[in-house]
Amino acid sequence: MKLFALMLASVASFLLSPGVQAQETAPDVLVKNVTNEVLDIIRKDKDIKAGSTKRAIELVDHKVLPHFNFSRMTALAVGRDWRQATPEQQKALTEAFKELLVRTYSNALIAYKNETVDYRPFKMQAGETDVTVRTQIHQPGAKQPITLDYSLEKTAKGWKVYDVVVAGVSLVTNYRSTFATEIRNGGIDGLVKTLQAKNKSLEASAK
Amino acid sequence: MKTGLSRQISKLAIVVAAAGLLGGCATSGNPKDPIEGFNRAMFGFNEGLDKVIIKPVATGYEAVLPSPLQTGVSNFFSNIADLMIGVNNLIQGKPAQAASDAGRVLVNTTMGFLGIIDVASTMGMEKHEEDFGQTFGRWGMGDGAYVVLPFFGPRTARDTIGLVFDVATDPVSHIDHIPSRNTLLAVRVISDRAQFLKADKVIEEAALDKYSYVRDAYLQRRQSLIHDGNPPKFDPYSGSQEGKVSEAPQEGTSAAQVATRN
Repeated sequence: MKLFALMLASVASFLLSPGVQAQETAPDVLVKNVTNEVLDIIRKDKDIKAGSTKRAIELVDHKVLPHFNFSRMTALAVGRDWRQATPEQQKALTEAFKELLVRTYSNALIAYKNETVDYRPFKMQAGETDVTVRTQIHQPGAKQPITLDYSLEKTAKGWKVYDVVVAGVSLVTNYRSTFATEIRNGGIDGLVKTLQAKNKSLEASAK
Repeated sequence: MKTGLSRQISKLAIVVAAAGLLGGCATSGNPKDPIEGFNRAMFGFNEGLDKVIIKPVATGYEAVLPSPLQTGVSNFFSNIADLMIGVNNLIQGKPAQAASDAGRVLVNTTMGFLGIIDVASTMGMEKHEEDFGQTFGRWGMGDGAYVVLPFFGPRTARDTIGLVFDVATDPVSHIDHIPSRNTLLAVRVISDRAQFLKADKVIEEAALDKYSYVRDAYLQRRQSLIHDGNPPKFDPYSGSQEGKVSEAPQEGTSAAQVATRN
């Protein structure tokens, strides 16, 4: 009976609100679709081919960002000190960290645009809310593929990425000790300032 | 050849001992990195060496050599390395992986023309990455202090001991014909370095402080390797289980919460 109600509900939601349905995409399918779409654009876009970071950032902003939970990422990167931060500081930190990650990610995409992506088999238990989607990047000339894993959690707005792990290195928690040092020396505001300065210098050197 | 090798090892031992002695001075409070002052100096030395010699040569190598040839060179060395990777898998108690590694060497050395073509991978025999540092980690030896070695770069105390064994059992360093040996060692360094040229740029951009970024990435990577890609989610700094940061603001309510509410 319950199952029938559930089926009915899912059919109804499918018919009534395709928008909601789209957000219920399985995590592995989501990663695959977004990766393929972004790589496709990157390989074709003239500006990006010419090395335009600005254009790549626009693309990432538009296509990739909606699937990331940056406040969770920032909290993970900051660790225990996150609790000390005021909501305003948390917001400023998240913004600055987001900009740095987007820039780094965009440049990595440009650098690795000719590599092929391989999706590892994905299995998920029913009702799971925290999963890892594993992919591999094959570099021409390299002996071994680089693993690229996405950690996703289920939210009311669909699956959101909260960590990206490259070759076993979490791009998020790798900042933790640097952030802790910055916070110890200049408080949360000091860290925000450092991140903003880093973003500015990267912006200045970008095409 | 024997003397050359033991000289290398004793040099390494001196460096490690020196690192230990200098350890008393500079620290910035990171428990994983008690000899940070020495390490930062050594990191600077390695960066300089890389900038002046290794990176330019690797950049030239990548620009001049066609990609299939680069793959051939890297496969050739990868095949040689598979031998000790298999041994390490065996003494880590992973006989299936060890057998697969031995199979890889057999297939690649014969059908793959001395390892130049990685036939085994196309046959589904996965390439592994093992070394003595990982083996000791697997056996339960802790990381020990982080140390940056000259030339070799980041290691932990455990991985430094591992490195001594890696170097001692490296088939390339046992080649009797010295010019051939040295050429092969040099080509291997350049081939390995060429694969990191892109990553290098990304790291430069991502890091607030390159030294600590590389250190933390190295420590994370080693944890991942020791656990064959499935490390426990463990926070190396606070020593507490990481799991979820509950105070992190969620974008929307999590599905789990919705489920329990209903």
